[in-house]
Amino acid sequence: MSYAARREQINKLIDDGALWLWKWVHRFVRETGELCIFGYRAVVLFFRKPFRAEELINHMEFVGNKSLSIIFLSGLFTGLALAYQIYLGFKQVNMANMVGPVVALAIFRELGPVLTGLLVAARAGGAMAARIGTMRVTEQIDALEVIGVDPLQYLVSPRVWASVLMLPILTAFFDFIAIIGAWLITIKILEMDEAQFWDRISTWIYPYHIYEGLFKAAIFGLCFAVICTHRGYTTTGGAAGVGSSTNRGVVLSMVFIIILDFFVTNLINTFYAWKELLTR
Amino acid sequence: MNTNESAISIRDVRKSFDGRDYVLNGINLEIEKGLITVIIGYSGTGKSVLLKHILGLLKPSSGSIRVFGQEITTMDREELTRFRQHYGMLFQYAALFDDMSALDNVMFPLREHRRDLSKAQMEEIARARLKEAGLDEKHYRKLPAEMSGGMRKRVGLARALALDPEILIYDEPTTGLDPVLTEMVDNLILSTHNLRKGTTSIIVSHDLHAAFRIADRVAMLDSGRVLLYGTPEDFLKSDIDLVKRFVAKGVRREVETATESGAREKS
Repeated sequence: MSYAARREQINKLIDDGALWLWKWVHRFVRETGELCIFGYRAVVLFFRKPFRAEELINHMEFVGNKSLSIIFLSGLFTGLALAYQIYLGFKQVNMANMVGPVVALAIFRELGPVLTGLLVAARAGGAMAARIGTMRVTEQIDALEVIGVDPLQYLVSPRVWASVLMLPILTAFFDFIAIIGAWLITIKILEMDEAQFWDRISTWIYPYHIYEGLFKAAIFGLCFAVICTHRGYTTTGGAAGVGSSTNRGVVLSMVFIIILDFFVTNLINTFYAWKELLTR
Repeated sequence: MNTNESAISIRDVRKSFDGRDYVLNGINLEIEKGLITVIIGYSGTGKSVLLKHILGLLKPSSGSIRVFGQEITTMDREELTRFRQHYGMLFQYAALFDDMSALDNVMFPLREHRRDLSKAQMEEIARARLKEAGLDEKHYRKLPAEMSGGMRKRVGLARALALDPEILIYDEPTTGLDPVLTEMVDNLILSTHNLRKGTTSIIVSHDLHAAFRIADRVAMLDSGRVLLYGTPEDFLKSDIDLVKRFVAKGVRREVETATESGAREKS
């Protein structure tokens, strides 16, 4: 192959690559924009008449009450496993008395909100995407529009607000159960000093550690509810389309929760740093 | 019945989804008040897209759609939501809310728009509509998944009638149904129309037999335009090649259907 031909081939590869990248970026920006507008409308429409209090309560029951059993089990075993792992590590450096606060800090600030977010996104988020997706492909959403009901206000807003309101409550429940799990293993099985366990926790843990986790949980609730309802709302292609949008909704929600966790944590810490600086 | 008064006036409506190909390519159609107008055409000629424009679910790229003199193409989302109370629609597969019973499905539009009514009054109206649509009372508490196709159509029609709409729209009401059920649905459309004087009915279908049986006016679409608009007789007399072929196919199907029914009855 001549030099000119090889160069032309390389140029073509670069062109194709640039075009692919441009299309990807374009699609990403467009879809993110659509998602943000969809989420904004869903949040705002809830405050327009007619108010959907009954739907909100139904969805709160679905998101919250029906997730309690999985949150209980996950919280309990997370507390057990985490406390045991930390105990094994800390014992080697003679710091076993710090197991309580370290476990509590990890649970309140990170594991509680993140694991609750992931679990509820998989359970309730998947169900939201599947339900709304099925309504889309069976023309039930069109029927709502023809009847003169805004489907976004009727179907999406109550689900989004139910998730935002219930996630902090579920996270608080997860935190509580996980601490009980940690207490069970460290005190009842490993026979550590119980007074020291609670004393260290109360010394090292401040209310804002708990609030931080609850705030993050509300953000995660908003994130997965908007993503999953949007996926369902824009479903096309019959039953296969419903399966695909459910799958994509859940996966995307989980990835976003983990990515958001990093940014929200940074944001909160920056906020506290500024607050401390200003109050000095 | 010919009122010559227009319920829906569609002028030069064009619609393109990609900016190049036009699904609707200059539609002009006057849908007369109080008549049954059937919109027919081969698949992909823009029937469903036109229907979505009439309902305000899609906005045209250009042109005007006036319903009872009101321009709907410039209405915002909230105005359209309110305006759609003029419409009642029977979907192809009824599109019933699958978590609600037949009665709740019919009560749903009343719960949304007639908050002045008590629950008992709503139920009374819903029962009357279901009776009008010919659904047996023992099925009122059934969920859509527990109903047959014909029963679902009846509930769908009852729901469409719940708010006493001025315009009734039927999207492919007989597609996929057997001849007996097709006739039942046709009769239901006719009896509903006759009971509600002044209601404008629009049926989107490619079932020519049904079109000729129940239509006062027929509009045939081709390539996003109205190829012919007139009475069923105008269609039989038409010299337009595409219309002649469509009519011929419809007549042949009718003969085949009659032969099949006859053979079944004999056996």
